[in-house]
Amino acid sequence: MALLEIIDLHAKVGDREILKGINLTVNPGEVHAIMGPNGSGKSTLAQVLAGRDLYVVTGGQVLLDGRDLLEMAPEDRAREGVFLAFQYPVEIPGVSNMYFLKAAVNQIRKHRGQEEYDAMDFLNLVRDKMQIMKMDQTLLNRPVNTGFSGGEKKRNEIFQMAVLEPRLAILDETDSGLDIDALRTVAAGVNAMRSPERGMIVVTHYQRLLNEIVPDYVHVLSDGRLVKSGGKELALELEAGGYAALGINEEEEAVERV
Amino acid sequence: MTAVAEQTGQWLELFTNQPPAAEPWIQVLRDQAFARFSELGFPTTHDEEWRFTNVKPVTALSRAFWPAHKPAPIPEQAKPHLAKHASLDHPFVALNTAFLNDVRVVTVPRGATLETPIEISYEGAPEGSVTHPRTLILVGANAQCTIVETYKGAGTYFTNAVTEIVVGDSAVVDHYKVQQESPTAFHIATLQVAIGRSAAFSSHSISLGGALTRNDANAILSEGSDANLNGLYIVNGTQHVDNHTSIDHAKPHATSHELYKGILDGRAHGVFNGKIIVRADAQKTDSKQTNKNLVLSDDAVIDTKPELQIWADDVRCTHGATIGQLDSEMLFYLQSRGIGKTDARNLLIYAFAQDIVDRVKVQSLRDSLERTLFEKFHEHPE
Repeated sequence: MALLEIIDLHAKVGDREILKGINLTVNPGEVHAIMGPNGSGKSTLAQVLAGRDLYVVTGGQVLLDGRDLLEMAPEDRAREGVFLAFQYPVEIPGVSNMYFLKAAVNQIRKHRGQEEYDAMDFLNLVRDKMQIMKMDQTLLNRPVNTGFSGGEKKRNEIFQMAVLEPRLAILDETDSGLDIDALRTVAAGVNAMRSPERGMIVVTHYQRLLNEIVPDYVHVLSDGRLVKSGGKELALELEAGGYAALGINEEEEAVERV
Repeated sequence: MTAVAEQTGQWLELFTNQPPAAEPWIQVLRDQAFARFSELGFPTTHDEEWRFTNVKPVTALSRAFWPAHKPAPIPEQAKPHLAKHASLDHPFVALNTAFLNDVRVVTVPRGATLETPIEISYEGAPEGSVTHPRTLILVGANAQCTIVETYKGAGTYFTNAVTEIVVGDSAVVDHYKVQQESPTAFHIATLQVAIGRSAAFSSHSISLGGALTRNDANAILSEGSDANLNGLYIVNGTQHVDNHTSIDHAKPHATSHELYKGILDGRAHGVFNGKIIVRADAQKTDSKQTNKNLVLSDDAVIDTKPELQIWADDVRCTHGATIGQLDSEMLFYLQSRGIGKTDARNLLIYAFAQDIVDRVKVQSLRDSLERTLFEKFHEHPE
């Protein structure tokens, strides 16, 4: 069975329709890249899958293991294995990264019928993962994302993903604002998570990230629809010819972005 | 005048029927205070200082309650200070002083460092009663101490408290007031602090209980002294909490930092009025005032107002107030990691109060405050 099936998905924010009929199937083990200019609906798709209520689904279906994903509260989606790496990770002053992540991992483990981690188990778990992400351990005691640099925030997202071990990971412009070293660290963290059981959707504007995280499939999103799909070579075509080669007017759409 | 006479008439009877003062000088204080109270009467919402707080329900309670025990004698050194700091122009201070009887006096000798907090607890007022707790704390020069005042109870009653604190030169005093009155109680209290030269005083005012609460916290700063006024009010249902603070920079080179935070749910009403006076003489004053409010429901109301009177020209004074709701992006971020909505909400409420909780240095108090924060909103319907 497919891990994720998106069938004719429509969504709007306010009065504006942003997703105008998305169809996509992700099987376990596959990495799908979704590329598109600003304003094409990439982030909306990512947020709708995670359950952000700012966006209203007006039509279509999304199935996770054949079950209705759109019916589930955001926390239930996470517990069922959906993870969104945010384009703009949220700063939460007053809540320590450690407390937050321990609460999250234990809620998810409880849901899966696994034993909750105690403080020692948890520390051992996060130490390894922090090393992979080249993160300083002091970040654990700081408030969630508060005062983190752009790179630290993105690494913190992938670090959380490593700890929560989702079955479906959605990466929303995880490459934006990263220098090449940080990009490679983040990509290494993501690549370490690739497995036959796990599906990934990598949303990006640029092909650069896809040199590091090589996708199985590439889809081009324009004006709320997937207008072209192909293998990893499609990303290279886009890099060479730009979105204009596909007849997509990037300028005009950028004006309309949310 | 007739309205005032009507209001205060029943109190005249109580005043004259109260047990005699232990000493003649106390009777003098009582008489002066009652005369002042009779002039003032109870405040109404036409009084600027009481604009948002209607004390009418409070004044309906007037059942006398006299403690059974004989009041402890007042130490000689306390006499020059008792009722000399809190102003009788405040009608409830006048009323408290008119019933001056049992005064809790704490004296910390010059140079002493007290490791254990001094605990002062007022509780057990009978149903329908009015009590006038009175506390006087005298801290000698270079001394250091922590004081925890707690107010608790059950049923409907009115606590009318006055606390005077004299902080000696270069002394360090950390004062906590925890108001956990019953949900149907009334609590009106004045804290009056005189801070000596180069002394440091911190106040932490935690308001949790009571149907109606009014706190006045007034500090007068000497040269080079430092005042920290922290406050946290957490109210829901139809609770009303009013915090009036006044920081009087009477002399130069003093600093004051004020941070009051409120969490309001249900149909609760909060009031914050922060007065800062910088006298002409008080050059190089550094003063910062912040009031932040987290409003959890559509029907909760907060009225917040800074009141700055600056007569000196070489000073730094800043103030700011915010009123906000739970951040939906933060909530979503927590939920997207598997944390349930109620837990996520509680976590953010807790996070809002975190910096006030962090300033509480008495561990047992801090623990119970953390528990309260998690419990108070646990039942919130979702």
